[in-house]
Amino acid sequence: MPRLPTPLTLADPGTDTDTGRGRRAARRRQRRETTTAWAFVSPSVLVILGLSVVPVAWSLLLSFQADDLVTPSRWVGPDNYRALVQDPHFSQAVRNTVLYTVLYVPLSIALGLALALALNQRIRLVGLYRTLIFVPFVVSATAQGVLFSFILDPEFGAANSVLHKLGISPQGFLTDPGQALLALVAISLWSGTGFCVVVTLAALQDVPPSLVEAARLDGAGRRHLLRHVTLPALAPVLTFLTVWQTINALQVFDLVYVTTKGGPLGSTTVIVYFIWEQAFKNFTAGYGAAAAYALALALLVLGTVPRTVRAVRGRARADHRLEGAAR
Amino acid sequence: MTATSPSPSALHPAPAAARPDRRPSPRLRLPFHAWHLLLAPLSLLFALPLIWVVLSSAMSDAEINRFPPALWPSGIDLGGYRYVLGNAMFPRWFANSLIVSLVAVVSNLLLGSLGGYAFARMRFAGSRLLLALMLGTMVIPFQLTMIPTFLVMKRLGLIDTLGALIVPSLVTPFAVFLLRQFFLSLPRELEEAAWLDGCSRLRVLFRIVLPLSRPALSTVAVLTFLTTWNDLSWPLIAINHDTQYTLQLGLTTFQGQHHTKWSAVMAGNVVTVLPVLLAFLFAQKSFIQSITSSGLKG
Repeated sequence: MPRLPTPLTLADPGTDTDTGRGRRAARRRQRRETTTAWAFVSPSVLVILGLSVVPVAWSLLLSFQADDLVTPSRWVGPDNYRALVQDPHFSQAVRNTVLYTVLYVPLSIALGLALALALNQRIRLVGLYRTLIFVPFVVSATAQGVLFSFILDPEFGAANSVLHKLGISPQGFLTDPGQALLALVAISLWSGTGFCVVVTLAALQDVPPSLVEAARLDGAGRRHLLRHVTLPALAPVLTFLTVWQTINALQVFDLVYVTTKGGPLGSTTVIVYFIWEQAFKNFTAGYGAAAAYALALALLVLGTVPRTVRAVRGRARADHRLEGAAR
Repeated sequence: MTATSPSPSALHPAPAAARPDRRPSPRLRLPFHAWHLLLAPLSLLFALPLIWVVLSSAMSDAEINRFPPALWPSGIDLGGYRYVLGNAMFPRWFANSLIVSLVAVVSNLLLGSLGGYAFARMRFAGSRLLLALMLGTMVIPFQLTMIPTFLVMKRLGLIDTLGALIVPSLVTPFAVFLLRQFFLSLPRELEEAAWLDGCSRLRVLFRIVLPLSRPALSTVAVLTFLTTWNDLSWPLIAINHDTQYTLQLGLTTFQGQHHTKWSAVMAGNVVTVLPVLLAFLFAQKSFIQSITSSGLKG
């Protein structure tokens, strides 16, 4: 830093020692402040970074090893990944997970949007309706699983008893390979739609009333209002929900573990269930880690989607503006 | 304009024929809003499975295990509850879950406040990088860390103890970040006055900042309680012995062993869901706010 030469020799000795002492005191205070700050953050840093950075690196290492969680592991290079590509059980798990996600995500968002629009009315009891629709979201996946194993029990379940009264033959639900995954989607919709409703509803209430009023004055009907005012205003939230729900759907595990354990006939083995089975049931932890890395990579790519969409849209808008200017 | 000259229709109501759009419609007029016709059955549909659990937890097994099963209990039979609470394991699992969740809540509040405050108000070398790193860990999926975390816990000798469940949930980046954001929104002047009076940072935090941070603290508390109480995957990996089970883990194995004793399983289910349900109903507003705000900023 360029500084003018200070006339040290000419300075009043009294003030000099004064500022020196002041500077030293300030430095001491800064040092104490740093110590305090580190004391404040170190427990969090230790727990959070210690249990994330270390495992992420270790997982990468494991994915190139054969490890049974007990004896020392053996280096096998890319064998785990090579085996993963050829493993029919893994490809089935990927197929099941994708099917579950493709069904659950759009349905939960569409249902959430519809319910949010219906709940965005100034009518009585609307608070009660919202609470009832949201409450399943706080129920644990375990409790959901146990509850629906009971309701969908082919022999003693309420579902078949209702079907019986309607004159429909009893169904297998979670025990039928053709229905189990669909049943899981339905259970997830029961518990997950409330989240979409609450998030969409909050965004709906943020749509500026002046915008709606202006459109109405311009003669927009209810349908036009929805298409040209409400939905565009909801676009960022719907994008967020799509990514969020997809990331969660690709990681579904608890519900599968409680209800079907991947069965019947592997029809509900999802990726995370596959990873868990490899690592903690078959004790091939290295192989499980490789599968986990494959999934994590897919999730990471998905997580960047909204940013990419925004960037592309921003560029398109800029192009449009440039064109307008050129004209 | 309307203030000075009232519209003629207000003074002399026009005949119905003059305003066809306001003519009382020949359709049946509902005594309530039409939206209720859609919303009431739908919201009931969402509540029905939960109501059904409560109903069947009060049925006798004979009532449940016949075909077709009874949809409404003929009388209140608390046999299921007696079985569950008399089963030596269930109360223990409840206690385990309670211990793990409460320790997680308290420690998230404490460590989250300390960390969040340092990141919000104190300048120290590397603080920005550290905060970015901690936030970055939020995107790491659990599956990627679960196998090595198991190995870490094993080296620490914590597998099969509640410690293995407590240590990873001591503090989350979410708690640190949420509290930091809240502290940043508080006016600095209050703290500076105390600071000049010679209070230590710790004292300022506990005496001035935290009492003002009730909303953020309750959000952290509720969400921490919900996620720890409801977790199944990690206890499933870290715990083998049934004396150390949490309620979620206990409930799944209980269901596996007693799959014809549905009244007991459903009673156990009610016991498992009730604490979270109560927490939600008491803190509904801050709960929904926190979910929407964390979601929208996501």
